[in-house]
Amino acid sequence: MKDTTLVVAGMATLAAGTYAFRLSGQLLRARISFPPRAGKLLEAAAVILLAALVATTALTEGHGFSGFARPAGVLVGGVLAWRKAPFLVVVIAAAATAALLRLAGVR
Amino acid sequence: MRRDIAVTCLAVLFIGLSYGAIAVASGFPLWVPAAQSVLVLAGASEFLFIGIVAAGGNPIAAALAGLLVNARHLPYGLALPDITGPEGPGRGWRRMVGTHVMNDESVVFALAQDDLPGKRAAYWACGLGVLICWPGGAVLGALIGSAVHDTGAFGLDAMFPAVILALIVPDLRDRLTLRTALAGAAVALAATPFLPAGLPVLLALVAVLPLLRQRPPVVTAEAGAVPKSGATPESGATAEADGATPSAPGATPSAPWAIPGADGKSGEQSVGAR
Repeated sequence: MKDTTLVVAGMATLAAGTYAFRLSGQLLRARISFPPRAGKLLEAAAVILLAALVATTALTEGHGFSGFARPAGVLVGGVLAWRKAPFLVVVIAAAATAALLRLAGVR
Repeated sequence: MRRDIAVTCLAVLFIGLSYGAIAVASGFPLWVPAAQSVLVLAGASEFLFIGIVAAGGNPIAAALAGLLVNARHLPYGLALPDITGPEGPGRGWRRMVGTHVMNDESVVFALAQDDLPGKRAAYWACGLGVLICWPGGAVLGALIGSAVHDTGAFGLDAMFPAVILALIVPDLRDRLTLRTALAGAAVALAATPFLPAGLPVLLALVAVLPLLRQRPPVVTAEAGAVPKSGATPESGATAEADGATPSAPGATPSAPWAIPGADGKSGEQSVGAR
């Protein structure tokens, strides 16, 4: 971890901001009407952010390609998750696939 | 209902385990996931924060990305009845703790109950359960992760994207969401060789723009409230599949950012399991 102060500042920002979101909805409840469409948009934005995080952490390392073992593991995990496998199975299968591929010499 | 809450909390514990292990494997000391899990108490945003900072991104930018993911708590507060206090909105510490334990799980269970006392009981039981299980799992996972040194050999680097993917799979079953998510992922991948770490993920948000131009769907619920029984074509299928896998704790938690009832998925799950 490169800069502890900055990381702590980031953590504090995230914690305080999240609490503010939790509180403000309750305080606003009686005063404004919030269109459900806005909620759907927020949800879509969150899923997009996280899908992009999956793609970049699975396929890239720094500014380049991460190698085949990691995305192969993630793909196995994703297929299992799609077929409603238990969470623990998904995670262990992803790690095991990447580890076994590396053991076999695939990078 | 109690059994469903217990199973959900157990699943949260397992996700916490992987969160703690991934955080230390990414180079963070134990206190980072420990403090985050207590103070933020919102898993997806914590994963996002850890992921962006570990990739070399600015922690403040990572926090803002996390806040974007957590913005869903505002509509949660709008959708909930007064359940943080015994009479009307609570005061003092009860209000503070009750507000802090507002999360996907506690909101889903509260909205699934019929009367106000039931909603309060479910909200507090699930909220406090998550408050114990999420940090507990994170610390345990960090301790386990600290003992492992060659993370690549054990494939631990594949765990993080797999965890996030497993969490968003319920959302990706919606075709429109899947398409926008794939577009966002493609944008992020295309930008990675050229932009500083952390930014490609944020740039993916341009994929939400086409949704802004769409015609709003017909809204049947009363204004100001998230529709409780939003019926979608897939809600029946989801409940059915849930019934088939009651013993799979990992499959139980809906995507933590789903608006309960807004798409019928989250609400149907707890109802279907009862």
